[in-house]
Amino acid sequence: MLYTNLKHIESAAQYNKILSENENVMVICGRMGPMCIPVYGIAEELEGEYKHVQFFDMEFDNPESYVIRNLPEVRGFMGIPFTIYYKNGVIVKATSSIQSRDMITTILDKEFGAPNKN
Amino acid sequence: MNTNHYEVIVIGGGPAGLTAGIYLSRARVKTLILNEGTIGGQMVLTHEIANYPGVESVSGYQLSNIMKRQALSFGCEIRSNISIKEFDLSNEVKSFVISDGTTYTGDAVIIATGGRSRTLGVPGEDLLKGRGISYCATCDGDFFTDKEIVVVGGGNSALEEAVSLTKYASKVTIIHQFDHFQAFEHAIAEAKSNPKINIIMESTITAFYGEERVESVDIKNLKTNESLNFKTDGAFIFIGYVPNTEFLKDRVNLNQWGEIVVGPDMSTGTEGVFAGGDSITKRYRQVTTAVGDGTIAALSASAFINDLKKRRELNGN
Repeated sequence: MLYTNLKHIESAAQYNKILSENENVMVICGRMGPMCIPVYGIAEELEGEYKHVQFFDMEFDNPESYVIRNLPEVRGFMGIPFTIYYKNGVIVKATSSIQSRDMITTILDKEFGAPNKN
Repeated sequence: MNTNHYEVIVIGGGPAGLTAGIYLSRARVKTLILNEGTIGGQMVLTHEIANYPGVESVSGYQLSNIMKRQALSFGCEIRSNISIKEFDLSNEVKSFVISDGTTYTGDAVIIATGGRSRTLGVPGEDLLKGRGISYCATCDGDFFTDKEIVVVGGGNSALEEAVSLTKYASKVTIIHQFDHFQAFEHAIAEAKSNPKINIIMESTITAFYGEERVESVDIKNLKTNESLNFKTDGAFIFIGYVPNTEFLKDRVNLNQWGEIVVGPDMSTGTEGVFAGGDSITKRYRQVTTAVGDGTIAALSASAFINDLKKRRELNGN
């Protein structure tokens, strides 16, 4: 179980529903490990700032996470977490292993637009 | 531009910084922790902490959250995942400008910025991170089931992780730059006796190659200067830590390894600036020693603040 403050995806059906209902989605698929925890922490902080993006996590060892583990975009990934960015259900970016806040916000800004500061 | 004044600003939210935050806030000292990463620092990298006195077993993540809650409960303020853009430690009132443009000022500062894993810094390393290059065996070991990998390093972490990786990998080659290991004897003996482990001494990796993932590395023999291209499916790098102190160069006294030089009271020699945790000069880097440093730094900073108040009163400020 991922004990983060993010919304959890627990099934393939829920995953598909989320992608069909939301324009901008970021999913972090990992474990409660050292490379993953910092990414969850950054996402938790960004949730309040990027209100136009939906942030989720999914447990890597959940069998249902095949929906992420089997994506062609993660072929070659050998480090968790797998972080996937979706625009209208289509993958626009995927990263492997730990990422910094700057790396994540650069992707969010480019793919989904910077948050409105007003 | 916003200006917010605190009696003490703590830079870093690992065990040293959080402990300082707990002690200071409980003593009613207005305290802010500025943290560039995720709260907990390298403590969150530990799956299980079984030697923290009074706690039989806890994950680094859980202990970080407990310390954070404790600090917050006493009124400590925390801003994490920020970056410091400008700062000035030279005046009586210290100042920090963070990434969103906010300026914070403080009468005293505690630097507890910790350290980070050292990287090799060779071609291909950044590109193939997460694609065969890893710094965490417990995180990524299972991606290398029945694969051949290399482990770089010769300390306890390298040798212990090399042995643990043999649970997954079919062959593990340890590459170490010296002619001897720095690890404890039992760790060396365990690695050497493992039939899946091969050892290459006095050598280092000079490049990583691969398209989608690591396919080979260049290994240079440091004695003969000869290089060979070595086929491998992945590389785990455990070559120690570097203190997060580059930004302090010429502002605070650092030794040749970039560690902050401190006195017994954790003072740095720059008035009103104290330090603790993995970024200072010391031999043993443990959560417990960081907590001790944070305590001493907090008490010293608190005493400094009290003296400063008296001085200001005498001066009519």
